[in-house]
Amino acid sequence: MNEDNQAGKTVPVIFQVLRYNPETDTTPRMQEFEVPVSKGMTVLDGLHWIKENLDGSLSWRSSCRMGVCGSCGMFINGYPRLACSNQILHLSEKRIVIKPLPNYEIIRDLVPDLEKFFRKHKSVKPYLIRRDIAEQNMPTGEYFQSPDELTRYIQFAYCIKCGLCLSACPTMATDEKFTGPQALAQAWRYNSDSRDEGCSERQKFVYDEQGVSKCHFAGTCSDVCPKGVDPSFAIQLLKKDIFLKTMRIKKDHAGATVLKTAREYIPQENIPNPPKPTV
Amino acid sequence: MPDEKKLQTVQHKKNRLGIAGWVYGGRYGAERYAYTLHRITGLGILFYFILHIFATGSRIWGEAAWTRTMALFDSPVFKAGEFLVFIAFAYHALNGLRLLFTELGCWMGKPQRPVIPYKNAVRRQRPALVVLMIIALVIIILGGFDFYLLGE
Repeated sequence: MNEDNQAGKTVPVIFQVLRYNPETDTTPRMQEFEVPVSKGMTVLDGLHWIKENLDGSLSWRSSCRMGVCGSCGMFINGYPRLACSNQILHLSEKRIVIKPLPNYEIIRDLVPDLEKFFRKHKSVKPYLIRRDIAEQNMPTGEYFQSPDELTRYIQFAYCIKCGLCLSACPTMATDEKFTGPQALAQAWRYNSDSRDEGCSERQKFVYDEQGVSKCHFAGTCSDVCPKGVDPSFAIQLLKKDIFLKTMRIKKDHAGATVLKTAREYIPQENIPNPPKPTV
Repeated sequence: MPDEKKLQTVQHKKNRLGIAGWVYGGRYGAERYAYTLHRITGLGILFYFILHIFATGSRIWGEAAWTRTMALFDSPVFKAGEFLVFIAFAYHALNGLRLLFTELGCWMGKPQRPVIPYKNAVRRQRPALVVLMIIALVIIILGGFDFYLLGE
């Protein structure tokens, strides 16, 4: 970073942005904008500056501006990233090339069509499935879960559904039907949850010909994940799981028991009692 | 109000990378390059296998046909090609071993709470990749000696 920029001044950076208007364009084209960049500006800030000052028709998807909502996934300087979580001057002081996420259809400019992505996510039933449906619908207590049991899946629960992993996956590049790292990681997130009893229901989506067998562990989904979810790890654990179950070394775990009342807890010393229920 | 009919006819632009995305390593990690090389070497070994079946199958046309086929392959170009197949085999076998072990959960650690800077399982198994690639390189060098110095 040069001294001018450290003193709060701006440096001109060229933003090369992919443009595509489905109503007028037959093929996407690249358009250049010069953006005055100051220290700390993110790629998303740069896009907002272009929209406010140079071209109001530039389209993209964003919301929280803090790497939580997962809306602003883009292909920035040849790598899938969140536009809000990457500072311009950390990437380049000269040129930022922004394209929509690959492996998704382009709706307009930098807006990818995530419909199929969410359909795949939904297909693996990403929610707790219990055999005691009456208890699940009208709970009489909490499901018991130890901190160790929580650690087994909590990493995979941090997914913000930004879709970067699918755009980085080389298998997705040639095979649209592949379930993909995001959905498979979510399948493992629930399969490994001690409260869940739905492994068999997810099986046909996870272990079929479009499931885990198509992952060849390029590891890019884990590299690009902005939340440390590590989808490729989850897929390898799914593979291990099916191997152990096929060899009859492991069985589906039984769902966690329901703690009917707080009295079932054994209180420890120096820990205050919980507040009274408000509902 | 947007024209509903017009909106329905507007097509999204396809942006699937295809074979280019399959080959492109870009700024991704070493495992992405290992993935591409694994596929290329796999296809190379498959091609060699078909050629091998054709060559050995020529024996059914008699001894003369067999001798002609062997004479065709007895050239420096085919010998270099055969050494390339050996390199492909050494890489494919060793990298395949890594994939086999990682699919069984080896060398990847356990799930843990994501704490910045994130360290994923791909990084945790990378030493295994390095060690196996060094072994592959040693096998290739030894094979090279056998092909070009001891084989004659």
